Amino acid sequence: MSFKPLSRNQIAWRAAQDLQDGMVVNLGLGMPVLCANYCPEGREVLLQSENGVLGVGPVATKEEEDLDQTDAGSQLITLIPGASIFSSADSFAMIRGGHIDVTLLGGFEVAENGDLANWDADMPGKGPLIGGAMDLAEGAKEVRIMMQHTTRDGSARLLKACNYKLTAPACVNRIYTDLAVIDVTPEGFVVREILDGLSRDELQAKSGAALRYADDCGVLSAPDV
Amino acid sequence: MIDKRVANLDEALAGLGDGMTIMFGGFGGAGLAIHLIKALAALPAKDLTVVSNSVRFLEDFGPALFEDKRIKHAVASAARSRGSVSGISEIQLADGTLTLDIAPQGSFAERIRAGGAGIPAFYTPTSVGTPVADGKEHREFNGRMCVLETALTSDFTLMRADKADRYGNLYFRGTQGNFGRDMAAASKCTVVEVREIVEGLLPQADIHVPGVFVKRIIQLPDVRGA
Repeated sequence: MSFKPLSRNQIAWRAAQDLQDGMVVNLGLGMPVLCANYCPEGREVLLQSENGVLGVGPVATKEEEDLDQTDAGSQLITLIPGASIFSSADSFAMIRGGHIDVTLLGGFEVAENGDLANWDADMPGKGPLIGGAMDLAEGAKEVRIMMQHTTRDGSARLLKACNYKLTAPACVNRIYTDLAVIDVTPEGFVVREILDGLSRDELQAKSGAALRYADDCGVLSAPDV
Repeated sequence: MIDKRVANLDEALAGLGDGMTIMFGGFGGAGLAIHLIKALAALPAKDLTVVSNSVRFLEDFGPALFEDKRIKHAVASAARSRGSVSGISEIQLADGTLTLDIAPQGSFAERIRAGGAGIPAFYTPTSVGTPVADGKEHREFNGRMCVLETALTSDFTLMRADKADRYGNLYFRGTQGNFGRDMAAASKCTVVEVREIVEGLLPQADIHVPGVFVKRIIQLPDVRGA
């Protein structure tokens, strides 16, 4: 059988479908910020950015660009009506104080107990970058990870134990990859959705820890976005 | 009469010398004191400790600080340059010229806030179970393991705001504020470059930082995108 892995935008689309009306959500750098484009119509989701914004709107058009209005990824942004701006300390009071419902973060590796590694991949000659990741992983009510299912050379990113330095232990609730949607449970990884045409054996071969399957395991699909 | 206006960059950085700790406001370019960073890079001051969310911005606007090896220690949540090529600071981190206290951004912000509020240290669960917590005192509160994080203070803070008045009251535009208010409070000498020093005094509702935290203000144009 053949299968077509989801694109980055499709992973973002899929992750965005799980954001519910009224949620306060922080989107990490890279793939997660793409979710802002795919939030389902009719749901009010407030996006928080850790440089001190609640109510991040779409990325600014050329006409809207204002160098003093950025998000934590240094993108020039717009604000939605009702948005607020506050200090970094207040922003992390929001994050560390448990006021963020969901954070969507990129990941290098996730372990079957929910350990997350996403800040230091030991790249030679490159310095470390934590940013807000440790605070978000520790402080958000739910931590959801978006990543390719394997590394470029095909190594597993879903593991029994992380190889890279941890961002936070036992923090991940759900993982969206280009091949599957997987929950982290007390029993380990549980697949909720698997890509059409991909066999369970093939998915297991691309994973470094045992996968279980939800009784109602569904098909992972996304529109061409 | 209270008047915190200074006439030029020399006066703005007067007293800044060897071995001092300097904080830098700014996030994503907003609130970054580009004029003051360039003026600092032109001074001879060495053996400096810098406290800046990202090291990259300092390197972008004050490369001489690194080229001349005048920064010995950095406290930051990000010390990675863009792209795959190493920046000067990354080369210096690797060869030991520069030491780094890498901090989760929330701990970084709170250490500065604590420093300005006279709180010497605090406990937080952030970073427990990671190498960042190694060597730090651990203690459990309400069933949650925490690490002790110590406050940060500085000799100078260099930051940018949109408007100021002669009291040193500050008004920020957009996301200029970020670490600024807390760095201002945490410093013995906070110097702020602003687009406009207003006639008279700012209206109360526009004051984001009370002037008590600010020592010197200087009016300088926004040079970004120029």
